[in-house]
Amino acid sequence: MNGRAIWAIYRFEMARTFRTVAQSLISPVLSTVLYFVVFGAAIGGRIETVEGISYGAFLVPGLVMLSLLQQSLTNASFGIYFPKFIGTIYEVLSAPLSFIEIVIGYVGAAASKALLIAAIILLTASAFVELQVAHPVWMLTFLVLTAISFALLGFIIGIWAKNFEQLQLIPMLVITPLVFLGGAFYSVSMLPPAWRAVSFFNPVLYLISGFRWSFFEVADVPVGWSITAIVAFLAICLVVIWAIFRTGWRIKP
Amino acid sequence: MPMRARRSDAGAPVGEEFGEGIVPAIISIESLAKSFDDGFQALKGVDLEISEGEILALLGPNGAGKTTLISIICGLVTPSAGRVTVAGHDIIADFRAARSLIGLVPQEITLEPFEKVINTVQFSRGLFGRPRNDAVIERILRSLSLWDRRNSRNRELSGGMKRRVLIAKALSHEPRVLFLDEPTAGVDVTLRREMWTVVRDLRASGVTVILTTHYIEEAEEMADRIAVIDHGKLLLVEQTAQLMRQLGRKELVLDLAVPMDAVPAGLSDYKLQLSADGMQLLYEFDGHSDRPGLAPLLADIAAAGLDLRDLSTRQSSLEEVFLTLVRDGGDAADRTGVAQ
Repeated sequence: MNGRAIWAIYRFEMARTFRTVAQSLISPVLSTVLYFVVFGAAIGGRIETVEGISYGAFLVPGLVMLSLLQQSLTNASFGIYFPKFIGTIYEVLSAPLSFIEIVIGYVGAAASKALLIAAIILLTASAFVELQVAHPVWMLTFLVLTAISFALLGFIIGIWAKNFEQLQLIPMLVITPLVFLGGAFYSVSMLPPAWRAVSFFNPVLYLISGFRWSFFEVADVPVGWSITAIVAFLAICLVVIWAIFRTGWRIKP
Repeated sequence: MPMRARRSDAGAPVGEEFGEGIVPAIISIESLAKSFDDGFQALKGVDLEISEGEILALLGPNGAGKTTLISIICGLVTPSAGRVTVAGHDIIADFRAARSLIGLVPQEITLEPFEKVINTVQFSRGLFGRPRNDAVIERILRSLSLWDRRNSRNRELSGGMKRRVLIAKALSHEPRVLFLDEPTAGVDVTLRREMWTVVRDLRASGVTVILTTHYIEEAEEMADRIAVIDHGKLLLVEQTAQLMRQLGRKELVLDLAVPMDAVPAGLSDYKLQLSADGMQLLYEFDGHSDRPGLAPLLADIAAAGLDLRDLSTRQSSLEEVFLTLVRDGGDAADRTGVAQ
């Protein structure tokens, strides 16, 4: 294992984050605070509690998940797409590195940054509402597994994308709707039966539900399903990345 | 005859005629072929041995297969067939050992625009698994006149400096082999000469340099050996000076004091050409055959009573040699018996 190379990629990627701190860290936190104000303060005034939890507190896990998914995905996709776009990828591909090391470097950095943002959002939220975490270890497990698996998905998108439009396509057209419809701002039990049934086909629902469970022990689906879903998703992403590097698809003719 | 030692798979030296003294081969390429998905055959079975410490120029027109060849050795392109070893390490089975010996300077200027020069170069060293060593980085940056600009952002540098940063990155892990893909493409004369000096200094420090170019002048000026490649085939590999001797045609120009209408009958055996104005006689002779006796020609000219004002000889440039080779598709190379 070329640990120094992994560290070099990781540090280089993290340096980019801190070089563009306003865009990387402040902007996601600001947008989360806005969600919090609009949904929590405005709508929360009319919905007092959901499943026995104050609506403000109920929102927090969903908002954290929303940012975590978007950030891990976009960081990783941009992280690998940008060197492809400007051509510096040649150096990574010509270095004595296996694909596992390349993935650990890029995905690790993207996931770290997303987790950092999630932590900042949690801290910010705790200034607005009183938060309790029933299962801190599970909470961390969900955070880490989600960050890693969506960073892997982002990495795949970054390899797949041939231009910036494609790079934005999946996060905007797929991920954001799935998060909004995955119970980030409500419990699916509040939906009409037909829409509730449809919601169960949304993979993001399982992530948000499991994550929320780790806070309040309240869930839309059994927590075991949530764990299974995230592990299965992680496994699928790993297989796809393995296949990409094995065939050299879009990176190595 | 001096011999070159070539290492076989088992590491035993194999003698081969080349140059002066025993020089081990650092790169060995056997039957290397590459077909892309669209069916384009970029390489059609290339065999080549590169000796440690030499400067080899890969010469060929655009699309000849130069970059594909380099890209395969460096791990950017997967070969369809054949085998390459670097210091005995297979580039696929033992890619870590092989690649850690290689530095690559790509054709395009590709740098992270917002990063500082020194961080970019240190990143490269880390990527190749080498421990941080500020002294080495400083030495490399100083040797490339970049030390004073080490804290500049890459985007603030001139084109020539950016190219030197790419070289610094490629050297950061102290490779034994450096690939320069068209190092002077699109750069001005001053910068080109500067780049040549850099390459010579590298060779002096023991680094093997393989450069691709379509500037003949560059190959002639820099390279110990020249490999001519076209349409995915290696047409010829030869020492630069010998190539010039073997393929360079020589021409004797005789300036006449008095114009003439026709070549005198006594000189017909020499197949002389008379210029249109009747003031010059041209005599072409092959550089690689034994030097024909010029003395008999001059004696016959004197006997024919021609009054010469001046005479000069001219050797064809590598450019002409190259065009001949590419046009003939290797026939000329076969003539020399040195094609690989």
